[in-house]
Amino acid sequence: MNLVSAGFFLAIVGLTLVVTYIASKRTSSASDFYTAGGGLKGWQNGFAIAGDYLSAAAFLGVSGAIALTGFDGFFFSVGYVVANLVLLYIIAEPMRNLGKYTLADMLTARFNEKRVRGVAATGTIIIVILYMIAQLVGAGALIKLLFGIEYWIAVLIVGVMMTTYVLFGGMTATSWVQIIKAALLLFGTTMLAFLVFQKFDFNLMNMFSTIATDHGEEYLIPGQKYTSSIDSVSMMMALVLGTSGLPHILMRFFTVKDAKTARASINWTTWITAIFFSLTIFLGFGAMHFVGFDQIIAENAAGNTAAPLLAEFLGGDVMLSFICAVAFATILAVVSGLVLTGASAISHDIYGEIIMNGKLTEKQQVLAARTGSISIAIISIILALFAQSLNVSFLVSFAFCIGASANLPVILYTIYWKKFNSNGAVASMVTGLVSCLVLGALGPNVWSPIEGKAIFVGEPLLGLAVPAIITIPLGFFAGWIVSIMTASKVDQKAAAETYKEIRVKANTGVSVSDVSH
Amino acid sequence: MGEVKSSNKGKQSTIDYAKIDQMESFNAFVKKKNTLLFTIAGCFLTFYIFLPILAFTTVLQQKWVGDITGVWFYSATLFIMTVTLAVVYSKLAPKFDAQAAAVLAEYEKDGAKS
Repeated sequence: MNLVSAGFFLAIVGLTLVVTYIASKRTSSASDFYTAGGGLKGWQNGFAIAGDYLSAAAFLGVSGAIALTGFDGFFFSVGYVVANLVLLYIIAEPMRNLGKYTLADMLTARFNEKRVRGVAATGTIIIVILYMIAQLVGAGALIKLLFGIEYWIAVLIVGVMMTTYVLFGGMTATSWVQIIKAALLLFGTTMLAFLVFQKFDFNLMNMFSTIATDHGEEYLIPGQKYTSSIDSVSMMMALVLGTSGLPHILMRFFTVKDAKTARASINWTTWITAIFFSLTIFLGFGAMHFVGFDQIIAENAAGNTAAPLLAEFLGGDVMLSFICAVAFATILAVVSGLVLTGASAISHDIYGEIIMNGKLTEKQQVLAARTGSISIAIISIILALFAQSLNVSFLVSFAFCIGASANLPVILYTIYWKKFNSNGAVASMVTGLVSCLVLGALGPNVWSPIEGKAIFVGEPLLGLAVPAIITIPLGFFAGWIVSIMTASKVDQKAAAETYKEIRVKANTGVSVSDVSH
Repeated sequence: MGEVKSSNKGKQSTIDYAKIDQMESFNAFVKKKNTLLFTIAGCFLTFYIFLPILAFTTVLQQKWVGDITGVWFYSATLFIMTVTLAVVYSKLAPKFDAQAAAVLAEYEKDGAKS
């Protein structure tokens, strides 16, 4: 590590620790800890959502995927961007109007049953851990590569940093770390894209012609990674619908005061992600052309270091160091959000509401939240240390698949379907979750005849890398059929009265502060 | 469950959710809003999911302008669609807010009479 790298690295660590220190002075209640007291402005939450959303998989993974596979990598960019519309049009405002701290809070606003909360919290913890393992393993490999330190030390550094932010600064610190990261990432990518475009004389036609001539026309159409429509349709379904079921994204809607601000947040996020993912074309093609396939593969088989290598080519050590620092900030911001979300499920949902029946003092709630943060961090760090040699990058798309199959159906039914009941809610979440895990375990990410390409050597029983095309309909179907079949066992009058309240609250925002728990 | 105590805007009051739910103006507002939002959502999701379907056909695989193939133009259209619809929603939403406020005002007025 040279002095410039150390300078950027320490600047990021220093800045985020200062933010955490300031935030710690403002974090005294459970509401402060989980939702920053609901006091974030629209632009702040918009940047923070973008900071949560643009993970290492998005920054390093997508630019690397475009560099190695051309258009196939760009599928991800399109999916990540359009997903904002689902959030904006259907989810954001009702979610803000009905929820308090967690996804389970929103669901139990209609079905105040421990089993509904328990299943929702379990789903949240599984998504958080899968997502976190992928981030930590990626972080460990990246930091090892960039700074030459051992994998386990790199994972521990990230683990200690993320725990520090959340433990002392709660959602306020986490949000500001995400805001800083989103701004840095946008600045870094814009700079890289500008320098790449300059090399192509600011001529888009020239860039595409050069790629076609020097690297092959096949990089300008799909087929390098995805060879059939069904596989890519399945993956695209997971991306566009899964975002609206990711608990760490949904939790961010509770950090603002009302639905109007939640809507403004997503508008900001939409613009930020649209700009960012447009620029991934320049990063991917730039890396493909100026760094080269062989060098990218030699550094990292998945292409995760394509963007840093491009930065080195364009701006030498200084640019490389800056982009590495941005990548580090990216990882820290995302894992911090995940720790907080996991902690909310453990401490608020399982301990506070299920075990203690919601009878915790403010001080006990904060203590539980901090204990939950440490627990989820330790579990994730241990799993990440064991997963070092495994190719786990697919876990992020798995998390999207679970979000789309287990959480989205139950969210939509809860808000919009009168006949939905708690049996249907449990069935929908369990079916979505279990089908994703089982079908995923039978797929090509887990089984491959080529050693090192997946976790186990062998023929996959299912050809789909992401089984969303099967599991999303299953999640919706289970919720529908079980609600219909068990309708006679539910107190129809009480259920109808509850739904009236949900419907009025979701559509008017009246009594946001009065969700009964 | 129909009547819940509210502390909205610092005022202690009782909200009769069942009554609001039965109001004609509320139902007309919800129906209009949901029809519009779900129609738009259905359209953009359909347009979106056709990308991975058409991307493997010759229509989008052929060059449209220079060496740029159809898939890039289709993708660019999806990006433009996304930011345009985000702007559209930001124009629509204040109208929905006004309608929701009108419903609540009507409820409060009726409540005051009864």
